[in-house]
Formats: sequence, structure tokens, C-alpha cells
Amino acid sequence: MRTAEALRMALEALRVNRLRSTLTMLGVIIGVLAVVILVAIGTGAKNAVESEIAGLGSNIILVVPGQVGLGAAPTQSRLDLSDVAYVRRVVGDPSKVTVAVNSGEPVRVGRAEVFATLTGTDENMPNIFDRPLRRGRYMSATDVDTRRRVAVLGSEVAAKLFGDVDPVGRQVTISGVRFRVIGVYETVGSTFGVARDQEVHVPVTTAQRLIGLLRINGIAVGATGPDEIEPLQRKVVAALDARYPDEKFSAVTQTQLLGTIGTVLSMLTGVLAAIAGISLLVGGVGVSNIMLVSVRERTKEIGLRKALGARQRDVLWQFLIEAVLLTTIGGAIGIVAGVGGALLVQAVSPVPAAITWWSIVLAFGVSVGVGVFFGVAPARRAGRLDPVVALRAE
Amino acid sequence: MTRETHEGGAAPAFEAIGLTRSYDLEGVSVDALRGVDLRIDQGEFVAILGPSGSGKSTLMHLLGCLDRPTSGVLRVGGVDVATLDDTRLAELRNETIGFVFQSFHLLARTPALDNVALPLVYRGVARSERRARAQKALEAVGLGHRLGHRPSQMSGGEQQRVAIARALVGDPKVVLADEPTGNLDTRNGDEVMALLEGLNADSGVAVVLVTHEPDVAARAHRQIHVRDGLIERDTRTRTAPAAASEGDGK
Repeated sequence: MRTAEALRMALEALRVNRLRSTLTMLGVIIGVLAVVILVAIGTGAKNAVESEIAGLGSNIILVVPGQVGLGAAPTQSRLDLSDVAYVRRVVGDPSKVTVAVNSGEPVRVGRAEVFATLTGTDENMPNIFDRPLRRGRYMSATDVDTRRRVAVLGSEVAAKLFGDVDPVGRQVTISGVRFRVIGVYETVGSTFGVARDQEVHVPVTTAQRLIGLLRINGIAVGATGPDEIEPLQRKVVAALDARYPDEKFSAVTQTQLLGTIGTVLSMLTGVLAAIAGISLLVGGVGVSNIMLVSVRERTKEIGLRKALGARQRDVLWQFLIEAVLLTTIGGAIGIVAGVGGALLVQAVSPVPAAITWWSIVLAFGVSVGVGVFFGVAPARRAGRLDPVVALRAE
Repeated sequence: MTRETHEGGAAPAFEAIGLTRSYDLEGVSVDALRGVDLRIDQGEFVAILGPSGSGKSTLMHLLGCLDRPTSGVLRVGGVDVATLDDTRLAELRNETIGFVFQSFHLLARTPALDNVALPLVYRGVARSERRARAQKALEAVGLGHRLGHRPSQMSGGEQQRVAIARALVGDPKVVLADEPTGNLDTRNGDEVMALLEGLNADSGVAVVLVTHEPDVAARAHRQIHVRDGLIERDTRTRTAPAAASEGDGK
């Protein structure tokens, strides 16, 4: 018997039992749909985080005191501006080193008040981070050196305080001290939950006086190329370790962040896919179950086919193809529904979805495999039926 | 596979020597056939009679190669079935034997034409040729106008005629009919018997029918009575027209 013939028979059998075939397929459809959607969402989340990190700028090294790692408590910084100058000498190019000191402060204009992240930094910040301006200018070296009370606002702060009015040249009050707005940043979104559009940048010297601290929170170094990142990172950390033998310093690069976070998110996606895969497996058990019922129900038919000359393998093949067809059609429907579902999730929720070809190939392959795996036992049973016994069955 | 022995018409359709068949029913051995010697030649028209439990159905299953003997030799068209594996046995059934069952055994939701063509599917015949041959077979049983009808839309008599067409479509050497009129009224039963008679007379196909109705058995040319797993009586009422120069001797 030819495969085309077996295929025709199987399709006919599925058509005749339309409702049962559909319900059986539903298990596979839901399994495949779950795999495709969950992998799409997992991958989408990973892509989003990666683009956030990449959006910071390129080739950035963040130097912070203490040991950076999951579960490590933040270390109180001992670094001050003299250390920044020291790192500048170590790096060689002063324009590729910048500084950050952060504090949450209320910012007020008239009666409007927002709580913003006050970040003290310097004129080199734009050389290292991607932080385009919408209006006005960045702070200058003179602003930093002379502790000017000037501020560059994040887009959200500007919108909340000034609405549609151009804030450049106007006054804001930060912690009771008046600052002149010299610029507004473009909207950049958030990184790791840090809403960068809610920041207010002021000269680091001004910020230290305002907060009443001489410490700084961290130093950022920009490497000139990807190959330079690692040597530079080692050099800076070694220099700081030498300067403070009792302290510990860490330098984190974007690549490392991407690596760590990428691993976590890939694992998460894998776990989601595995859970979805289990439901696909359950769907396969359903197929097996229904095929066993079908073999029992059609015992007489099998007996007849054998009497007419069907070989054991003909009958086995017929039922196996039926099972595989069930899961394959179910898999195809599941993929279409899964892609549609992922696009829908993306459209109606902030969760980004990235449909990956491998999840589709995998889901389809697994559903075909499930059909073979769970179809073999019922099909073998059908093939081995004794024609005399089968013909007598009622 | 049996073609080479067909040439001189020498090989009998069936030849059984000391045929037995025992069943194991929960540890108890039951002898359904207890040593049957039998020869049925090409072109014969034979009725096998016997009360229920006599072993006639078992004999029928053995002749139809649906079952294997416990001991003894059975040759079908000259081929010893003991030498065949299940696959070859299925092929032998497909090429040599046409079945007609009491309860028709048609695929209820499949059109008559496809029902009739089914044996050819397992022979690997191409679809177009299958359909042509199935149509001819249906025309031969007077159902040329009902090719696309499903068995569920047909009367019992029509269904049994579809089943006869299916038995014929593969040009078998033998048609085995198990109570072919058992589920039919007299008129339809007559029609079915007339078809089998015509088949036997016109194309020389051997017909072996199992029945417990004396009227039906009387239309065959030879009556074999089975009782308690043995042949009780073997009487020939007419000489087979096509073959059988001798073939008695029982």
C-alpha cells in the first residue's frame, strides 16, 4: 500500500470523526500555542533588556566600590573627586571618564513638584553615554568647575514641571535651592527599572554641596573600541586596588551585564518552554488515548481489511499516519494561533514578543514526534489484531 | 504467487490433510477440528453444512487463511500455508480468495465504489485502474447505478451484492461465503445465490459457502456435512461444470 493511499484513508477517518478529531487536536494545539507564545514573550523580554543596555551607549565600563554580584549588599562608597582625577590619569584620556553621584530630591516649579533622581555628573557624560538633547545644551567644564547651579532635565521631569512650555532659561527649585535649566534630554526610557527620563543632571560639584557629601557613587569609563574594554577594565580596577589596598572595586561592562541578564532570561524562557512542552506531552497522551479507543471501535474494520489482504504493516501504517496527522494538523494550527497570539499580546500589552523560528520548528517537530511516539502503541495493537477475532467483534 | 501451479489446472483450490485446530480457552483445550481431509478443486461449488459448534466456521477460517491449523497440512492453490509468514499469507488472501460475510462487513460511510476497490488498494493497484475495475465489478452485480452510494443508504440485498462485487474485483480463484444469505429475506437471498451460481458457472471461480439452510446448500453441487470437528458426510449432487475430472474418492 502506498503512503498516499494511507494518507487518504487517514484523512477520511479523521473527517468522519470530525468532533473527536478536533477535540484530540485541541490538546496539541494548546501545547504548541503555549510553546510559541511563551518563547516569543521570553525572547521579546530578553531583546528588550538587551536593547536597553545597548541604549546606554557603547563600550562603557562602570566602576563601583565593593563587589558587584547577585545578593551582594551595596558598599558605602569611599571614592571622591580626587579618585576621578586619578582614574583620568590612569586612563589617559580625561574626556572618556565621567562621574555620578545620585540622590532622590524634590524638584519644584511654582506649585508643581516632582520627586526626581538628582544626578551630579560632569561635562564628559555625553562622551560616554548616549544621552541626546532635545533642547538647550549639556553642562560645560566651567559649570562644573565653578559649581554653577544649572540643571539638565530628563524629558519626563520637564513635561511634568513645565508642560508645553520650553524650560530652557527658566528656574527650578531643587531641595530649596534655585537652579537654572540649561537643557532638556530626549526621552530614553528606563534601564533596569531606573527611569532615566526622571533624572535631573547638575554639575557634580554642585550636587555634592547640595547633598552635603564629598563622596561619589561611581565612575564611568568609555573605551575607544570593543577590544579595549577588557584591558582598560583590568587597568582601572588594578589602579584603584593599588590606591586603596583595603578596598574592593568592581568594574562592570555592558557585555557582562548582557551576559548575566541574557543567561537569566534565556533560562526563564527555557523554563516557560518546558512547562508549555509538558502540556504538549499531555496532548500527546490524549492522542494515544483516542487512537486506542479508535482501534477498539474499529476492530471489525481492521479484521475486514486484513481479510481483504491488508498486511500487518498496512494496518499499522494506517493508524500511525492517522495519529501523526492529528498532531501535525494540530501543530500547524497551534503555530498559526501561537504567532497570532504573540502578536496580539504585543499589541495589547507592554510585553514585547519576538517570534523565533526555532520555537516554531521545535514545536512543529515535537508535535510530529509526539504523533509518532504516541501513535505507535495503538497502531501496533491494530496491526497485530487476529483477523478471525477482529471480524467477530461487535 | 500461486500462478505457476495454475497452468494445467492441476493444483486443487484447497487440499487439507489431517487438519486440526484447537483453542486454548482458559487452560482448557478445545478441539474445533479433529482431523479433516478435504479436497476442493478449481471451479467447484461447495456448501459446508453443520450445526453451530460443529467446526464449520473454523474450517472456513482455515480455508480463508485467516487462521492457521494446529496440525495437519493445508495447501491453497498448491501452496502449503505453513510455509508462509503473516505477510505472505495476507498476500495470498488478497490474490486468491474473495470473502462474502453474513453481515456484509462493508465500510459504512465509504461509497460503494471505494468499498469494492479496497482489496486492490492492498495489491498496490493504481487508483484510476482500481476505480475502473471496481465499477466493472459493481456493474456485474447489477449495481452500476449506485457507485457513489454509501452502504448505509442501501438495502441488505444491495449491500451483499456490493460485498460480492468486492469479492470479485481481485479475480480470485475462490470465493468463500459465510452464511451469505443469513441476513437476507428469501428474494434477496435468491438473488445473491443466483449471483454466486453465475459467477461459478461463467468464470469458473470455485465457490465455497457455509450455511445451515438446506435450501441454500441444495443449490451447490457438493455438500460437505461437518459435525463435532469432523467431516460426517461429503455428497456430490452435480458434477462441477468447469473442472473436476475426478476429485471424489472421499
